[in-house]
Amino acid sequence: MKKQFIIGALASALMSTAAFAENLKVGFITTLTTPAAVIGNDQKNAVDIAMEHLGGKLGGKPAEIVFEDDGFKPEIGKQKTDKLVQDDEISIIAGYIWSNVLMASAKPIFDANKIMISANAGPSAIAGKRCNANFFSTSWQNDQTPMAMGEYLNQNGVKSIYVMAPNYAAGKDMAAGVARTFKGEIKGQDLTTWPGQLDFSAELAKAKASGAEAIFVFYPGKAGGAFIKQYQQAGLKGTMDLYTVFSVDGISLPKMQAGNLDGVLGSRLTQQWDPTLDNEANKKFVADFKAKHGSYPSFYAAQAYDSIKLIDSAVAAVDGDMKNIEGLKAALKEAKFDSVRGNFKFGNNNMPVQNFYLREVVEDADGKWATKVISTVYTDHIDPHAADCKL
Amino acid sequence: MSTLFLIQLLNGLQLGVLLFLLAAGLTLVFGIMDFVNLAHGSLYMLGAFICASLTFLTGSFVLGVLLAIPIVAVIGYFFEVLIVRHLYESSHLDHVLASFGIILIADTLVQLSWGPEGIAIPLPDYLSGQVEILPDIIFPTFRLVIISSGLLIAAGLYWLITYTRLGMLIRAGASNRTMVSALGVDISSLFAGVFALGAALAGIAGMLIAPITEATIGMGNDIIITAFVVIIVGGIGSMKGAFIAAILIGIIDTLGRSFLKDILEMFIESASADTAGPALSSMLIYIIMAVVLALRPQGLFPPKVR
Amino acid sequence: MNKQESIIKLDEHLETPTLFGFGRGRLITIVVMVLLLILPIAAWYMGNKFYLDFSARIVCLAIAAVSLNLILGFGGMVSFGHAAFVGIGAYAVGIPSYHGYESAWLHFPLAIGAAAMFALITGAIGLRTKGVYFIMITMAFAQMAYYFFLSLEEYGGDDGMTLWSRSDFGFLNISDGLTFFLLCYALLVLCVYLVFRIVHSRFGMVLRGCNSNEIRMKALGYNTYAYRLTAYVISGAMCGLAGALIANLQDYITADTMTWTRSGELMFMVILGGAGSVFGPVFGAGVFLLLEEILSAYTIYWHLPFGLLLILSVLFIKGGVNGLIRRGWRL
Repeated sequence: MKKQFIIGALASALMSTAAFAENLKVGFITTLTTPAAVIGNDQKNAVDIAMEHLGGKLGGKPAEIVFEDDGFKPEIGKQKTDKLVQDDEISIIAGYIWSNVLMASAKPIFDANKIMISANAGPSAIAGKRCNANFFSTSWQNDQTPMAMGEYLNQNGVKSIYVMAPNYAAGKDMAAGVARTFKGEIKGQDLTTWPGQLDFSAELAKAKASGAEAIFVFYPGKAGGAFIKQYQQAGLKGTMDLYTVFSVDGISLPKMQAGNLDGVLGSRLTQQWDPTLDNEANKKFVADFKAKHGSYPSFYAAQAYDSIKLIDSAVAAVDGDMKNIEGLKAALKEAKFDSVRGNFKFGNNNMPVQNFYLREVVEDADGKWATKVISTVYTDHIDPHAADCKL
Repeated sequence: MSTLFLIQLLNGLQLGVLLFLLAAGLTLVFGIMDFVNLAHGSLYMLGAFICASLTFLTGSFVLGVLLAIPIVAVIGYFFEVLIVRHLYESSHLDHVLASFGIILIADTLVQLSWGPEGIAIPLPDYLSGQVEILPDIIFPTFRLVIISSGLLIAAGLYWLITYTRLGMLIRAGASNRTMVSALGVDISSLFAGVFALGAALAGIAGMLIAPITEATIGMGNDIIITAFVVIIVGGIGSMKGAFIAAILIGIIDTLGRSFLKDILEMFIESASADTAGPALSSMLIYIIMAVVLALRPQGLFPPKVR
Repeated sequence: MNKQESIIKLDEHLETPTLFGFGRGRLITIVVMVLLLILPIAAWYMGNKFYLDFSARIVCLAIAAVSLNLILGFGGMVSFGHAAFVGIGAYAVGIPSYHGYESAWLHFPLAIGAAAMFALITGAIGLRTKGVYFIMITMAFAQMAYYFFLSLEEYGGDDGMTLWSRSDFGFLNISDGLTFFLLCYALLVLCVYLVFRIVHSRFGMVLRGCNSNEIRMKALGYNTYAYRLTAYVISGAMCGLAGALIANLQDYITADTMTWTRSGELMFMVILGGAGSVFGPVFGAGVFLLLEEILSAYTIYWHLPFGLLLILSVLFIKGGVNGLIRRGWRL
């Protein structure tokens, strides 16, 4: 039985490399199982729309995106990355929602001199000391968004905050990011177990007792909804203003509306993108996404869309020669594509240098909960770790 | 500080009654059928999802809960008849593996039926506010509802087990299974009934927590291990033990999460306390279990006759 | 049949006088072991590197499963915390590496030693309990180890740590996939042989005796506790070795390796292969990983058929794959 399995698997593996030889291939790793799959599906939808907009081609050549599921676990993501790296036809692997999956997967890609494009995760290591010429990001560095929030809190005259985030790399980066720029007092900070803990009763009670003026949180995915709900049930709306990063997005808002969590309305968040940003690429993307899926795209989707458009521009520059790694890298660095966030350019560490906006959760014209841009907090912001990068 | 302490005590009590609802079914099934059911957490998850759908269907959370309870009990019944029943004679090892398989199946089925994103259950206005219990002690109404319904159910179970014929059989089963079957009791329907009761209790726990944390896939897998800690500490098969241990662990876990870091800061430098605090508070319940097992392997309140 | 008898049943089919078993079973065992060696190398020759890494993963996990089988299959100690040893072995490679000590001659002895030490301490306490209490106390210790390593921010905490270069053996370059695979394979063969020798030694006889009738062994004057503890420590040390290999295989170390679901997977490999047969866990690890790989390639809902197979195998296949082979594939 086992013998047949191996032979069968082997044969199918050998065949699969032969079958699609005419298509150009790009790898894309995201989360397609576990509850976090909701983010991965949003990214996959955006990638599909990008490919539709490009007529199924990258750089004018018929192309195929090979999706792999990281199962929300670093070592699975790493195994899947290995699998893609070992495919000779794949030179670019994009995706990566989670910082820990990205960090686990970076080494095999760099060792094989292939290219990694993050469509979400932006841990400080990869932007600073461990920066690499084969790495590009179409998202942000973890510290930037909370830094923008800290800056806005200063402008808005907020004197004290309480900080809550999950206890993993991005969570710690977010907490550190807001502390970097916020000039008032941080009355307390809680790092909660990730991803298991969804009941924040003890932490919310502490936050309330601390007497802080506002609460700053980072809870991506399902934890975001759970947090907002408990924030509302604890009666904190009106006494402690809510400021979030990466916790409220196009995925969670419809669900919050269905669950009637109006505590989120009026809360403010910072981000490098918003569905209402006024540029052609964004309007087309948001309209087509809404038409196809009935909801606003999330920022995860926007970044995934940008990653495909970026790859398309680079593949066109090398005329479809995916073996020309140096050529691809040079063309990626140019970033000659129409980003949904408007202007787009890379810094020395291949992280985007970009604007950050203050957004507010509102009800849109159709009665759907959405976000809108209030003001621009940072213009062409460079992340704080770029200085540690020797590129 | 003292206000915060009282509120955390209430939060701990809330976690405790939730753990009790899960542990009650677990300890019954374990004590009477000698079946290690890792998949008990799947019933907790199913309870939450079914209740979510029914809440949206009927427009009322209370109605959703009332309708969902019998459905989960029926699922538990079929679960026993179709799979569990055939495993009573196997080793604990087989139980662990088979119920692990059930967890995988249940998680996937839920994802196929409800999608991966989970569901937020809306609460009626009279449940979503806060109550001022004592001056300055303001507590979410719904968490009080969880505490009181949990305590009510505990009282109901106490009555059931102490004063009814079914309870008598359950007690007898927990202390000497072979004797009960030798006395001509219809063991197979007793077992199925107990299993369905345990399923309903787990389902209720899921329904009660879902409006707070949302119904999510795999929500049972984290808490089930804690529920196992509860029944081991309390003594397998003992309802009283499960209750006391559940409340104890709920409170210790909550207080640990909120105060351990500050306590450590009194003894070691703040940076190390920041690291050690969360780690130690996560470990706390396992340390308690290991200590109890090492000193009193049969748990704190083992059923009297074995 | 009560619990005690069912454990003896497990014990029955281990009256194996030779390393490979008899007749048909023996032939299949040898064929599978040869295939496990030849196929990945053939695939690698044909330019498909993936199967070499994949087989290395089977081999590494097989070592862990073989180590668990020593106490579970032969000693009747159901450890639900074996993943902790894998994790400790992995961190014994990662932490020195992080500080610049890359010698394998440090990593591997440290991995084995640290795992043995952890086994000695937890075993000394845990073995005071029996049956399901032992299952739970081993799980509790593994969870403690998990949270401990999770809290070590210096070494990545939740994020895990990347092993930027593999253990340095001096004359062997294990960064090369083939060399690494051959090393793992050789170590697996060594471990299987070791378990075979242990089981068939006087020590092993006593251990199996403790499993089937501890009171009798005590009456005969054996200190059963000491025998069990020794077996537990040997098993932990061997599992630590597997952990050190897995760290090198993945180039990445995470506390996730130590969660209870991972311990469950190891148990499943042992049962799937047939607990209490020396080669069983090797089959178990192979079938487990192949199923996972093949099913997950077809559908993202692969947990469903996987769970179904799990239940069916528990319900209908006695003695695991190894038992099947023995009985000539009859269920």
